[in-house]
Amino acid sequence: MEDFFYFGIREIHEGLKAKQFSATELVAALLKRIETLESKLQAFITIVPELALHAAATVDQKIARAEDFGLLEGIPMSLKDLFCTRGVQTTAGSKILEGFVPPYDAAVVSRLNVQGTILLGKNTEDEFGHGSSSENTGFSVPRNPWNFERVAGGSSGGSAVAVASGEVAFALGTDTGGSVRYPASLCGCVGLKPTYGRISRYGVIAMASSLDTVGILARSCEDVALVLQVIAGRDMLDSTTPDRSVPDYISFLDRSVRGMKVGVPEEYFGEGLDAGVRSCVEAAIDVLKSLGMEVRSVQLPHTRYGVAAYYIICPSEVSANMARFDGIKYGPTVQDAENLMDVYCQSRARGFHPEVKRRIMIGTYALSSGYYDAYYLKAQKIRTLVRQDFDRAFEEVDVLVAPTSPTLAFKIGEKVNDPLSMYLNDSLTIPASLAGISGLSVPCGFVSGLPVGLQILGPQFGEERVLQVGNAYEKETRWHTKKHPVL
Amino acid sequence: MFRYFCLMKLARDQVLHIAKLARLQLSDDEIETYTNQLASILGYIEILNEVDTSQVEPTAQVTGLKNVMDADHVMKKSDCEALLACSPLPKEDHQIRVKPVFE
Repeated sequence: MEDFFYFGIREIHEGLKAKQFSATELVAALLKRIETLESKLQAFITIVPELALHAAATVDQKIARAEDFGLLEGIPMSLKDLFCTRGVQTTAGSKILEGFVPPYDAAVVSRLNVQGTILLGKNTEDEFGHGSSSENTGFSVPRNPWNFERVAGGSSGGSAVAVASGEVAFALGTDTGGSVRYPASLCGCVGLKPTYGRISRYGVIAMASSLDTVGILARSCEDVALVLQVIAGRDMLDSTTPDRSVPDYISFLDRSVRGMKVGVPEEYFGEGLDAGVRSCVEAAIDVLKSLGMEVRSVQLPHTRYGVAAYYIICPSEVSANMARFDGIKYGPTVQDAENLMDVYCQSRARGFHPEVKRRIMIGTYALSSGYYDAYYLKAQKIRTLVRQDFDRAFEEVDVLVAPTSPTLAFKIGEKVNDPLSMYLNDSLTIPASLAGISGLSVPCGFVSGLPVGLQILGPQFGEERVLQVGNAYEKETRWHTKKHPVL
Repeated sequence: MFRYFCLMKLARDQVLHIAKLARLQLSDDEIETYTNQLASILGYIEILNEVDTSQVEPTAQVTGLKNVMDADHVMKKSDCEALLACSPLPKEDHQIRVKPVFE
């Protein structure tokens, strides 16, 4: 019975079909698991047992009537708390939205509901996505399932923890500068950042509107592909989703990767890369060679400017998106304010985490009169150069591979007083975000008991390609099936 | 990893001005902490000046989409009461009652 904690989507589906377990049994067991592990892992802000069991009962009735049911029907999942869920508290990980209950579902939530997936709860995260360790949550800091004293990564830390610890089959997160790939790497699961615009952001609380993407976390590339299949595609409610057809991702998974060209960007292997991480990633590249892929070195010369450009563009867009949180339309307000200005200034002061305030201020400064050209415009030009680096590389190779994170999971509290050091966690994931291309992190080994992630990057709308390579690597190495001995 | 520090001075007045624009009330401790942290971050960002971008066009967004149009008809009606219920402030006549804008 306990084996199904780590089942993939197909295994759950087969188990339900063969009546090895019911959806109610599965959901009840997972809710119990979450309850048991929460004091250690702290992956959830809100858990919804009644809703989940009600949904499970509906699936069971369908199975009892011997009706056909879809692959995703009855599959337990969780959502980063940035996704609006009708009738269920949505906080974005922040006290400024504590108690906020959206009156509508995000587009991706609606699509998953149509498929019959079962929501178990909302995952904790860095507030509004502002962070890479999930320590900037207004609630409890999630712990890395492989070592409870270490960070889970962020900002989609809670989602990564829930997946990696067998609490859900998959979770959604968001990736703006690395926030799905990075926690996936630190927690030892698979994380996809799709092309910007591939998945609708309607109902996703915005961080940086030209960078935000909805991402998927699961324990295999196949599961990521199955979820991507149903949530990808144009949405009339999100005008940044191009009218681009959604390929049959699953059909690409078992295609041979022999002859595909892999680029290894030199700049991602510089000083500052942990020796153990380098070793695992180099071994992974050898595996790709053994699968018949052609590996060659490429250059992405503007990589070193990515973090700086991002930390102008992102905070600038953040400063605009955070303006709506003012104690008026949602969330708590300041009751004893004397005037309207105080309502704004004090609600925001009390409600926002220091990191959120920091980013709002950097952004406000960068966009303010006299500074726009020197900062925001300059950063947008650097963004063009970063993007051109990738365009040139993808003329020569099919995918790029590199480490996802320069280091292993660090200790909780280690970097909280050094914001710049924290920003550098994303130095290897940020460039792909600036360019809006597709990226995947897959587990590729362990160092001192901590997971290492291999990052696979593809061109815009190249998700099928990165999943194909990730899947081939997974089938050869099985790192993604390793389970924590205690959990 | 890519460490690059430049001593950038940010005046307390500047931080107070930014905080006002951003509608954030800051304590004295916060003002001091943020002054130092912002200076450090903005100093790091100076690295971008190494790059000659005089002939480079900016990228505002990566989709290449322009002027995405939609017919002006109602697709779905919002639940007015549910939306108003999200606000913590008193309601009157389907409006959220706020403090006066002008004194």
